[in-house]
Amino acid sequence: MSSKSLKSVVESLLFVHDQPLSVDRLVLLLEEHERADIREALDALMEEYATAERGIILAQVAGGYQLRSRPEHADYIRRLTKSRGVKFSQSALETLAIIAYRQPITRAEVEYLRGVDSGGVLKSLLEKKLLRIVGKKDVPGKPLIYGTSREFLELFGLKDLAALPTLKEIQELAPPDPFADQPALPLDPVEAG
Amino acid sequence: MQSNLFSDALENAYRVQIEEFEGPLDLLLHLIKKNELDIYNIPIASITRQYLQYLDLMKELNLDIAGEFLVMAATLLQIKSRMLLPLTPEEEEAEVEDPRAELVRRLLEYQRYRDASFQLTSRNLLGREVFARKFDSQDVADLAPREEPVDVELFELIDAFRRVLSRVSVETFHNVVTDGISIAERISEVLSQLHGGKTITFDSLFHTGMTRDLLVVTFLSILELCKLKLIKITQAESLGSIWLTSAAESDNVVQEEILVE
Repeated sequence: MSSKSLKSVVESLLFVHDQPLSVDRLVLLLEEHERADIREALDALMEEYATAERGIILAQVAGGYQLRSRPEHADYIRRLTKSRGVKFSQSALETLAIIAYRQPITRAEVEYLRGVDSGGVLKSLLEKKLLRIVGKKDVPGKPLIYGTSREFLELFGLKDLAALPTLKEIQELAPPDPFADQPALPLDPVEAG
Repeated sequence: MQSNLFSDALENAYRVQIEEFEGPLDLLLHLIKKNELDIYNIPIASITRQYLQYLDLMKELNLDIAGEFLVMAATLLQIKSRMLLPLTPEEEEAEVEDPRAELVRRLLEYQRYRDASFQLTSRNLLGREVFARKFDSQDVADLAPREEPVDVELFELIDAFRRVLSRVSVETFHNVVTDGISIAERISEVLSQLHGGKTITFDSLFHTGMTRDLLVVTFLSILELCKLKLIKITQAESLGSIWLTSAAESDNVVQEEILVE
């Protein structure tokens, strides 16, 4: 099979499957081909979809490849599907963000970072399958440890967790000593009263 | 004079925009931003006062104040009092951390995750900005109830059965011939019809020409299956058709088949 027809076979597979297809899965399905060739075909397809101004893009999500509609056409597609898509409350988003960046993480840790009880949010995010329980922490009480799921990556269009936008200066969270240059306590006398 | 003060306070209260705060950290960040304060150098007395004012307002408006808000109020007051106390010589020697340091760290970290959450939601979300192909397993898509199914009340189920019975004319009874089919047998028949995640209508299990006995046995089998949690009985809309599906997730069935390959 020429590389051209391999590319078209891969395209067909991507078209038919309703979930992201991983390279591993493609290698299994196309056993007569080399992994490197399959990768090359995927790269070529991605390039073609990106440059040809098609209504479809080939996206790398959740460790696989998936054909998706072009985001600019969302309004038109909504006319067809009549769905508005997910809508998150601020608390759900905050919780997701904290877990995405800090996983594996316990509920108590999430609550410390948010400053509020997060049991209800965690439960509904688990029900929506955006979170998963990755284990139990080996401390008294054996609290559950949470992480994000494959569905989370699919929903937010992330290739993997490393593709999360970098939380800038997360290391700077504990600045060496922000108060080093403030020997005197800057209390406004009026405020102190 | 008194009434004047009161009306002033009332006016002020009404002018306050009540925003929904996610929690005490959110409220503190809001106060810091509103007053254009330096987060590394928070005038703790002023921020504490404003924070408590906000809590009072919530109380006045009969809003439930979550416990976390009170904990933060206590923390703020504690920091404030620690900052008022002079340091003991030992503490000075040990270079004690600024009492505000932990709070500042928490605020900064919280702010980062909040920013991250805005970034997350500004992405192209599947089902919101981007769409992928998605189809229901097999050909069920056309048959299956489209709307969010509601669970069927027992009463409706009985009603449906009564309708089935009424379709069977009274004259069809003849000599009592035991049909021989037991509930157990009928259960396995029904299950086999549902195999592979198929969805069938309640009515399709009752054919014309069935004996009254068989109708009753069929109905009892459905109830039994439901009790055993082997099937799910749903309805797309009230008074709509009643649908039966096997309780095992249809997705799982499909996946099992893939694995078996």
